[in-house]
Amino acid sequence: MAKYLLLKHYRGGKAALNDVPMDRWTPEEVDAHLAYMSEFAARLEESGEFVDAQALAPEGMWVRYDGKDRPPVTDGPFAETKDLIAGWMAIDVDSHERAIELAGELSAAPAAGGEPLGEWLEVRPFLDAPPTVTE
Amino acid sequence: MDEALLRGLIPGVIDVLVRRGADFASAEDAVQDALVRALESWRVDPPRDPKGWLVTASWRTFLDQVRSDAARRGREAKVAHEPPPGGIPQSDDTLRLYLLCAHPSLTTASAVALTLRAVGGLTTRQIAEAYLVPEATMAQRISRAKARISGVPLDQTGDPSAVLRVLYLVFNEGYSGELDLAAEAIRLTRQLASMTDEPEVAGLLALMLLHHARRASRTGAAGRLVPLARQDRRRWDTGLIAEGVEVLQAALRRDRLGEYQAQAAIAALHADAQRVEETDWVQIVQWYDVLVHLTDSPIARLNRAVAVGEADGPPAGLTALAELDASLPRHTAVAAYLHAKAGDTDLAADLYVTASRAATNAAERDHLIREAARLRSR
Repeated sequence: MAKYLLLKHYRGGKAALNDVPMDRWTPEEVDAHLAYMSEFAARLEESGEFVDAQALAPEGMWVRYDGKDRPPVTDGPFAETKDLIAGWMAIDVDSHERAIELAGELSAAPAAGGEPLGEWLEVRPFLDAPPTVTE
Repeated sequence: MDEALLRGLIPGVIDVLVRRGADFASAEDAVQDALVRALESWRVDPPRDPKGWLVTASWRTFLDQVRSDAARRGREAKVAHEPPPGGIPQSDDTLRLYLLCAHPSLTTASAVALTLRAVGGLTTRQIAEAYLVPEATMAQRISRAKARISGVPLDQTGDPSAVLRVLYLVFNEGYSGELDLAAEAIRLTRQLASMTDEPEVAGLLALMLLHHARRASRTGAAGRLVPLARQDRRRWDTGLIAEGVEVLQAALRRDRLGEYQAQAAIAALHADAQRVEETDWVQIVQWYDVLVHLTDSPIARLNRAVAVGEADGPPAGLTALAELDASLPRHTAVAAYLHAKAGDTDLAADLYVTASRAATNAAERDHLIREAARLRSR
């Protein structure tokens, strides 16, 4: 099994196929989208491939150490141009192909007009723990 | 045996150990150990005297621990022989346990975890799952909390309002996963109310019962948030409402108002309306005035602005809102709601979108986006 992170972006990615902001959908379309997302997660739990899913608030800032006895320095909120992560789903699957297949399904969540959203998801493999048998 | 019944025994068992001379931290550890074993073995073979079983099992664990500690340090065992079984603990002792677990020297998260374990009789694993943190993290949080209060004697009075705050937070967490934290909070508050005649404890219990009564109608399909005005009131639990109202009325008769009683009174007025149109908003505004007077809380002022908007019309609500700091959480959401009510649809939709970006949970964010979508598709 291999773990993958499916990353969803608020902005910074390429435009989705069906690129209409959610507040311009009908309430029923919003409901259908959210139902699809929660059913998708439930389905992966069922198949034993679900690890975690979290959503992030759009607010945030950069922080770094700024020298001994000084408070950390902050920069933010994020500039409008910054690539912004909206949330993720972590999955544990048999193959790279399966990860891509699932990302494709997640990206197909219904959107405006009931048509698939077709948003770009970033798929990133986790780095594993070193194996016991190496020779 | 019913797991809730088993949990109810835990504070009493801790208390027996403490009276036999165990320090709180070790007693609590030993009882947790016995609890975990009880959950495993009682399903197959429940004891005739559950409390006796727990006392014996945890006392043995405690003695083993003391002996091995003593042996390690090369000292004589502090506890040489088993003392006679302790009597039935007094409710005063359980009350002290509540106070100790909500001790002001603890952080809120620690007080919550410790209360759920020592007073609530939950296992570390259950608490960890409910709060979505690894079990090892929760175990560490609890053990650090116990170390922090290790010098505090069990009979020292703490801050009762801190206990109420802890229970309120547990209730508000709702439920994720197997454990129903809201029901757990009600159980603990009910138990606390049976031990004290403090009207604010009753007020908090009433508040919880009245909100719990609406739970089934509060979420729709796929966890969708259903606002109060659109809830199916036939699904409200009339039994819980009746109990909540009764508890509240008894508390109010004592004539010592507090914030929980005021909040419960507002919840009772909502519960009283068979249809949303029958809501007595004028009285609700009056209770918000009381609440603002008691707490000076900006959240109470914000909710008051919504009530004013219902009682005296959206412009009055917007005027009340204009007096408040715009950076308050949910300020924009309230503005959106009042503008929508005033018929200012486009502005309201824009405000809902803005508010959705500041939402602190996914259900609320989705709800705000849906409200924007609803206004735009009209």
